[in-house]
Amino acid sequence: MRTVRIGAGAGFSGDRIEPAIELAEKGDLDFLVFECLAERTIALAQQARLRDPAAGFDPLLVARMRAVLPACRARGVRIVTNMGAANPIAAADAVRSVARELGLQGLRVAAISGDDILREVQAGDYRLDETDQPVSGLGSRLISANAYLGAAPIAEALSHGAEIVITGRAADPALFLGPLVHAFGWSMTDWTRLGRGTIVGHLLECAGQITGGYFADPGYKDVPDLARLGFPIGEVDEDGNVTVTKVSDTGGAVTPATVKEQLLYEIHDPARYLQPDVIADFSGVQIAETGPDSVRVTGGGGAARTGFLKVSVGYIDSYVGEGQISYAGPGAMERGRLAVEIVAERLKIMGVACHETRGELIGVDSILGARLSASSSTPREVRVRFVGRTDSLAEAERIGNEVESLYLNGPAGGGGAAKSTREIVGIVSTLVPETQVRPSIHIKEA
Amino acid sequence: MRLRELAHSRTGDKGDTSNISVIAFDLADFALIAREVTAARVSEHFRGFVTGDVLRYELPQLGALNFVMRGALRGGVTRSLALDAHGKCLGSAILDLEIEDAAAGYECMK
Repeated sequence: MRTVRIGAGAGFSGDRIEPAIELAEKGDLDFLVFECLAERTIALAQQARLRDPAAGFDPLLVARMRAVLPACRARGVRIVTNMGAANPIAAADAVRSVARELGLQGLRVAAISGDDILREVQAGDYRLDETDQPVSGLGSRLISANAYLGAAPIAEALSHGAEIVITGRAADPALFLGPLVHAFGWSMTDWTRLGRGTIVGHLLECAGQITGGYFADPGYKDVPDLARLGFPIGEVDEDGNVTVTKVSDTGGAVTPATVKEQLLYEIHDPARYLQPDVIADFSGVQIAETGPDSVRVTGGGGAARTGFLKVSVGYIDSYVGEGQISYAGPGAMERGRLAVEIVAERLKIMGVACHETRGELIGVDSILGARLSASSSTPREVRVRFVGRTDSLAEAERIGNEVESLYLNGPAGGGGAAKSTREIVGIVSTLVPETQVRPSIHIKEA
Repeated sequence: MRLRELAHSRTGDKGDTSNISVIAFDLADFALIAREVTAARVSEHFRGFVTGDVLRYELPQLGALNFVMRGALRGGVTRSLALDAHGKCLGSAILDLEIEDAAAGYECMK
């Protein structure tokens, strides 16, 4: 049976670069996919684009393309990525420049636009899923609204001969489903195959998270050579079943256990994984080891899509100020707790307007809270963390200042104080009928 | 024994909802895990931390459970003040659950 080999060259925007080079050179790939767009990334990219119309795409796009384009061109490996972020067309121009610089004449680069539906969402009657409030209620705080596009425009761009397809917001699994639809000629109403192709995409989209990354737990789940982690390859057949593997002589491991963890990652009801193209059904998936670093995933299916697209809405939510300081030696925890009390009281005395604050001890109770962290052991060092939400950056700065001033005014022996502020871009979501979103494809040649 | 001896786990996030997988190392232990690690038990384990309900989905052929916890992420990843805003560490916390292995106990008594 004919198979298609897809590699995952990145699972987030800051991911390692050299595993993708290994995949391009030694993976015997048909397609190499880079998933680099987290929930909030596109709103931040939209802010960057407002400041500079030529910006708004992934900051590592040029570096990644420079690293893999020579091998991809030489071996006929086609690239799909959402590194276009808020500006896929400018991203395509940037890739074209890299191709010219590398002497790769005639490289065909496609940009897919149409996910940006900010105007539509502002003008229409849409409500936010989280609050049931109208989107328009966000007013001038609204930054971005991007619909999750499906696989169809990606498959179409590939059918036009694109060697690189660059999207903005698209469903992560669609970056993998698009090449499969193109390569096998799957119908966009073949729910079983679209469901299985979605499972393939879901398994691969976080790259190293299926090859032993984010898995190791010494003594329980040991993984070799994580510093040289190899990224995954999916060898997919015409029915959408897949063998997950990786380039030999790379670090990491592909086992039924790594595959199962990734299968359920960010899944709610396994029988109903909502995607733009299909409702994928993971519930009947079978997983079997077929060799060293080789795991076969079969079964699974799908049902007709909902006809609605999820829209990720970015808005300016608030500002956050934070300060940290350490205490060590005997009584470290008691001094840390005293420090938290002092900062809380100082903010009241100074009239700093916080909507919400947290004071905690890193290493003691900062992650799981006091009840789940209860233990009799006495830490030899603690780090105080005090954080609060405000309406302005200036107000947020006052929080870190109060932590820093613990140096001279707080408990004995505080060290290593640090402070920071940040603007919080929040993400909420709404649904739009798919007919309201019209993707378009722009093809450019180097 | 602790759940950690029998199962492994990974946490994912979407908005204010966290999901935690619990996957048996050995399929033979799945029935015990499924009996002991109920939605009610997980809800109680994270009491005060998770504000919404806890749902459990089962994938017996994989030896896996999936817990979906609403209201687990302090308003959601993008605006939470928490140090671990994604709740990535919750999967490790669930492995702390004590598992009562009645069968093993019986064998010891013999």
